[in-house]
Amino acid sequence: MLRILLLCLALALPAHAEEVVAGLSQNRIAITANFDGSEILIFGAVKREDPISTTEPLEVIVAVVGPSEPITVRRKDRRLGIWVNTEAVEVDAAPSFYAVATTGPLVDILRDTEDLRHQVSIPRAIRSVGAPQTVVDSEAFTEALIRIRTKNGLYQQLENQVELSEDTLFRTSIALPANLTEGAYKTRIFLTRNGSVVDAYETVINVQKVGLERWIYNLAHDRPLIYGIFSLFIAIVAGWSASAVFRYFLT
Amino acid sequence: MPMQIYLPIAEVSVNAFLLLGLGGIVGILSGMFGVGGGFLMTPLLFFIGIPPAVAVATEANQIVASSFSGVLAHLKRRTVDLKMGTVLLIGGLVGAAFGVQLFNTLKSLGQVDLLVKLCYVVFLGVIGGLMFFESLNAIRRSRKPGAVAARKKHNWIHNLPFKMKFRTSGLYISVIPPLIVGVFVGVLAAIMGVGGGFIMVPAMIYLLGMPTKVVIGTSLFQIIFVTGFTTLLHATTNYTVDMALAVLLLVGGVIGAQIGTRIGVKMKAEQLRILLAIMVLAVCGKLALDLLLQPSELYSLGARGH
Repeated sequence: MLRILLLCLALALPAHAEEVVAGLSQNRIAITANFDGSEILIFGAVKREDPISTTEPLEVIVAVVGPSEPITVRRKDRRLGIWVNTEAVEVDAAPSFYAVATTGPLVDILRDTEDLRHQVSIPRAIRSVGAPQTVVDSEAFTEALIRIRTKNGLYQQLENQVELSEDTLFRTSIALPANLTEGAYKTRIFLTRNGSVVDAYETVINVQKVGLERWIYNLAHDRPLIYGIFSLFIAIVAGWSASAVFRYFLT
Repeated sequence: MPMQIYLPIAEVSVNAFLLLGLGGIVGILSGMFGVGGGFLMTPLLFFIGIPPAVAVATEANQIVASSFSGVLAHLKRRTVDLKMGTVLLIGGLVGAAFGVQLFNTLKSLGQVDLLVKLCYVVFLGVIGGLMFFESLNAIRRSRKPGAVAARKKHNWIHNLPFKMKFRTSGLYISVIPPLIVGVFVGVLAAIMGVGGGFIMVPAMIYLLGMPTKVVIGTSLFQIIFVTGFTTLLHATTNYTVDMALAVLLLVGGVIGAQIGTRIGVKMKAEQLRILLAIMVLAVCGKLALDLLLQPSELYSLGARGH
């Protein structure tokens, strides 16, 4: 019995021989009226009982994932001389934000099977189940989704952006753009050796509108009629007072 | 000093001074030319990256506010034909309800941007072109005096049934034409985020034969209620009215309008109209090019069902 236990322990140990201990510069991001993007610092250390293994290098992957949502990707085509949306592909879930920072090229430090299991790389993070029969090149739509979001700073592949010193301490910073949506942003850290994940750590950053932004957004969605009337009222008052102030200063 | 502001409904971050400036410039133009400015503001909002659905809904909200003092002034001067205004308004409300419905259907099909832009190209093109040639002719006429265009007094409009007396306008005409004009303007208000004065004013003068002095007041009276109704419809079905955006545009717009009015009185009417026509055609041309030239990005993203 003891032998079996020891065997189990021996088998289990290598998997947890190295553990991530991590911290974030902030785990709550407030979207205020003058929100103009934000930068989060993600840092940590590798905890280990045994001396550092020197056979395969240790690699670190840090991924920040925004809330997923279904997306419709549309393609324009020329019809009667003008460019109109023709074909569309529904993507079941695409993260609104995705940043992967690594210590090296992702293809070298993470095996495809591990990527598939943990959904680390950007294409893996997007779930697309079947395009309509009429669309033959549905991959082009997913590629377009990645391309557009990369251009807007929403998808970031940051290779070699994680600093790792002495195989123990690591740090990286990820820029969150101004056009951020609300929700829970999962932050995942993976340690890999030889392309296999040896340990993973997960925490959450909450991105929320606060103050006036929060209040306006909630009112607009929860009490749309009152919000509409209120908008009209506010706009009338604002317009009136602006002209009153202007006339006061002019005369 | 860059001052970014995060718009709570549009969910984009834009420079507050850019919005104030845009409001101001469109305000100056609308003050100079005596037009609402919605038809210039909405496309400009597209150009700076505001989602078209938010631009259209918010612009409706802004028009209510910027027309408010105008309506009060006209009511005080008794230059509003309330009866005609009410008939136009009934048509307008029906049109706006239909327009928002159409807008939402096309939004779910992914064709709303196309609809809005096509409407703009067609209307700006037609109005701009007509205005341009009309004012060219007017300038030519003023050089050789004597020829004065006479307005036709009686046309087919006067043979329609359901006649009604409009005392303020001094008219006895069928309610069908004003109802149709109202519906048409209501649809445009809902789809294009405009007041529709640029359609309604010519229609009232040339089609209904209303006296010029009550035209502006009556159209403003209709516009304020129709755009108000449109704002509420967009707010309750699409959640696309951005209060912060509306207020910033408005503050710039109101101040701009005051400046514009002062510039306007110093210029000749024909020159003003030709300038406005050129501007309308320029915006139309830019939108048309967007539709005709191959875009650099053929793909676009939308939330499902939107």
